[in-house]
Amino acid sequence: MKSKKTKLLVVLPAFNEEKVIEGVLKSLKKELKNLKLTSEIVVIDDASVDKTAKKAQKEGVAVLKHVINRGLGGALQTGLEYGRKKKVDVVVTMDSDGQHDSKDIEKIIGPIMKKKADVVIGSRFLEVKNKIPVLRRIILKLSDLVTFLFFGIYPTDSQSGFRAFSRKAINKIKLRTQQMEVSSEFFDQIRKNKLKFCEVPIRVIYTPYSLAKGQSNLNGIKVLVKLVLRLGR
Amino acid sequence: MNIIFLPVQILLSLFLLFAVSRVYFRFKEGTINFGSFLFWLALWLAALFTIFYPGFSNYWASLLGIGRGVDAIIYISIALLFYLVFRTNVIIENLREEISQLVREIALKDKPKKKKE
Repeated sequence: MKSKKTKLLVVLPAFNEEKVIEGVLKSLKKELKNLKLTSEIVVIDDASVDKTAKKAQKEGVAVLKHVINRGLGGALQTGLEYGRKKKVDVVVTMDSDGQHDSKDIEKIIGPIMKKKADVVIGSRFLEVKNKIPVLRRIILKLSDLVTFLFFGIYPTDSQSGFRAFSRKAINKIKLRTQQMEVSSEFFDQIRKNKLKFCEVPIRVIYTPYSLAKGQSNLNGIKVLVKLVLRLGR
Repeated sequence: MNIIFLPVQILLSLFLLFAVSRVYFRFKEGTINFGSFLFWLALWLAALFTIFYPGFSNYWASLLGIGRGVDAIIYISIALLFYLVFRTNVIIENLREEISQLVREIALKDKPKKKKE
């Protein structure tokens, strides 16, 4: 690394995660200490009705509050905007339900630190054998196909919420979709802005909690319909 | 023109007069602009006119190559309805985005509360 330390921002969009947010933040903080970087954690509280924000503040991390629920896309855009304002070098987005392993952060920012990529997406389908329920696996694979049909990039895991962005990507990416279909929109942005994209294998920890939240299987269909509607605009 | 009005003519014209009055009042209170006012006024008045002179729609229909006036009206209405629904959708989507931007601005303006790590 150069004399100036790399500034890393970890963005956690959260909606009603009071049960798990503390644990997630604790392990994240521990992991970030091991990395030799200047790092900050920001929780985007998407108008949770529970104590998510309070619990996050207790952990000593920055909390940005949405006054009205805007969905995943809206929250991620707020996180990127915050990174832009703070002029950080790398933004990492993670799910706040505990399904991502903080140990993978080093892996996911690797290609950006080496200037080999602008956007890195953590894939559940590379190398690491993840236990993913069959129905979910099918839906995820269909989403990848749809992503290819719409945006011309064939990722192995288009719906993954574990991502890293370089300074260039942070400055260029402008998200329009508000909800879960944002995962696909990233690929549109990658293509439009000619960003270098790569994937790294990650581990996921599916708990009954994280399965109940996040993208339900039915939601996959909703996402598809929304994408089609967007084309007609 | 028929001397005795058909029930459908009376009902429809009552509704159309109601619609025209809404257009007028919404324009007066400034909810719709002059363009929309003209558009809706012309639409409702044309409908009103057609109710009492059905032959008029037949004339236009034959010009367009459609057999009956009623058919022509239905075709055009459906096309118009779809288009208006589409436009409304786009407007709603834009509004949502604007709300998001507003929510974002507010979130970023409030100094993020945190203790030093």
